[in-house]
Amino acid sequence: MRVRYVLSEVLTGLWRNVTMTIAMIITMTVSLTMLGASLLLFLQVGKMEDYFYQRIEVSVFLKPDVNDEQRNNIDSALKADALVESYKHETKDQAWERFKVQFKDAPDLVSATKPESLPESFRIKLKDPNKVLDFSDQFRSQEGVSDIVDQKQLLKRVFDLLGALQTLALTVAVVQGAAALLLVANTIQVAAYSKRREVAVMKLVGASNWFIQMPFVLEAVFAGLIGAILAFGALVAAKIVFIDGSLKALTLALLPVDWSNIWLMLPVLCGAGGLVSAITAWVTLRFYVRV
Amino acid sequence: MTKTYPKASRPSLDDVSVNIEKGEFVFFIGPSGSGKSTIIKLLLHEVTPNRGKVVVNERDVTSMRSWRIPAFRRQIGCVFQDFRLLPNRTAYENVAFALEVIGKSKGVARRVVPEVLELVGLGGKEHRYPHELSGGEQQRVAVARAFVNRPLILLADEPTGNLDPDTSIEIMRLLDRINRTGTTVVMVTHDSNIVNQMRRRVVEIESGRIVRDQPRGVYG
Repeated sequence: MRVRYVLSEVLTGLWRNVTMTIAMIITMTVSLTMLGASLLLFLQVGKMEDYFYQRIEVSVFLKPDVNDEQRNNIDSALKADALVESYKHETKDQAWERFKVQFKDAPDLVSATKPESLPESFRIKLKDPNKVLDFSDQFRSQEGVSDIVDQKQLLKRVFDLLGALQTLALTVAVVQGAAALLLVANTIQVAAYSKRREVAVMKLVGASNWFIQMPFVLEAVFAGLIGAILAFGALVAAKIVFIDGSLKALTLALLPVDWSNIWLMLPVLCGAGGLVSAITAWVTLRFYVRV
Repeated sequence: MTKTYPKASRPSLDDVSVNIEKGEFVFFIGPSGSGKSTIIKLLLHEVTPNRGKVVVNERDVTSMRSWRIPAFRRQIGCVFQDFRLLPNRTAYENVAFALEVIGKSKGVARRVVPEVLELVGLGGKEHRYPHELSGGEQQRVAVARAFVNRPLILLADEPTGNLDPDTSIEIMRLLDRINRTGTTVVMVTHDSNIVNQMRRRVVEIESGRIVRDQPRGVYG
C-alpha cells in the first residue's frame, strides 16, 4: 500500500507541474550528456596516451642530397647512442610505399604526390620518450639531417585539443547542472506548496518525516533518472551517427571509442543524476520549505 | 515554564505551571493573545519552551529528539477552529488518510473508519466531500480524524469558534463522550456559554500568567 501510495504521489506530482518537469528533464539531459561526453573524452585520452606513447617514434629526415658517407655517419652515431633503443632506416621507396598505404582512401593525394618528394629517414624508438630534446640536440647538427620530428609533439597537440574539448564539455555540464539543480529546487518548492494541506495534516497526525518527504524526493530522482537515460541515449546516438559514422576516418586514426565505455556511462549518469537530484530535493525540503 | 516568541516584547507564557491528570477535561480560557494557544503548540512540540519542561505521558517533550516527534504525535489528536480537512477527499478518505500516512493498512482503515464516523454521528455521510457538509459536520470529521488513532490526549483549539451555539453544544457533547472513553481533553476556548454549561476544570490565562485554576469552574 505504501509503495503504491508513494508511486501515485510521485506521478501526480510530476504531472501537476508538467511544464516544469519537462524543463527539469531537458536541462538534466543536457548536463548529463555533457558530463558523459567529458568522461568519455577523459577515458579516451588516457587510452590514447597509453597506446601511442608506447609506439612513439622520432624521425630524423635526411636532406634530399644526402650522400652515403653522411648517411653512414648518422647510422653509426645512432648505433652508438645510449638514448636509442632501436631504429630503422626508411628509403625513399619504402616511404612511398608506406605513404600509398596510409592514404589509400585519398587517391587524389597519392596521384598528386611524386615518389621522389618523400624524404629518406631514420625512424628511432627512444628508451625514454621524454629525452627527445637531448636526442635532437645531438643530431640536429649532423651533416645531411634536414629535420627531426618528434611524434610526441604532434600527439601532444591532439591531446591538448581533446583536453580542451573535455574541459568545455565539463563546463557546460556544470553550468547546465546548476540550472538543473535550481529547477529541481523550484519544482520541489512548488510541489510542497501545492501539497501544503496534506503535509500539515501528515505532520499533525504523526507521519514520519521520510514518509512525508519521500514522494517529493522521488519526484526529483525520477526526473534525474529520466534525464540520465535520455543523456545515455544521446551518447549512443553520437557514437552511431558521428564516431562510427561521419567521423569514422578520424576516430579510427585516433583509436575507436569502445561500446564498453559507452555502456559504462549508463550507471554513472543514472547514479549522478539520481543522487544529485535526491540531495537537492532533500536539502530544499529541509532548509527552504521545512516539510 | 516560560515561552517567549522571537521579537515579542513579553513572554507568551510567563512561568506557567499546570498539571493535568490522565482522563481530565480542562478548559484554557482567556482573551486573545493571552497565550492559551501557545499551550497547544507546546503540547504538540510545534514550539519549545525557553525555560522549563513540558512533560506528556511521563516523557519530557522538551528534550525529545526531532525524529521521535512523529511517534509522539501519534498519541495526540488535534482539532482546530478551521477544521483543516482536505477538500479533495471525502469524509471517509480524510479520516483514513490519518491512518494511512502513519503506515496503517487499508484493511485497518476499512474496519476502523466507519466505526469512528458512526461514533461522531456521521454514519451515512462517509462519502460526502467537506464542501457538501455543514460546519458542524466538518468539525465532526475533524474530531473523527483526531480520535481514529485512539490518542491519549485530544487537543482542541477553539473547536467551536466557527460554529453556531447549537452546533457548538453538539460538538461539546461529542468531546465529552470522547473524554468518557478515558481520553484526556485539553480545550482552548473563549466561548463562555460552553464553559459555563460543561462545568469542568477551568484554567484562566491572562497576559501569559495563570490567574485562576478552578475545578468545575465557569467562564467568570
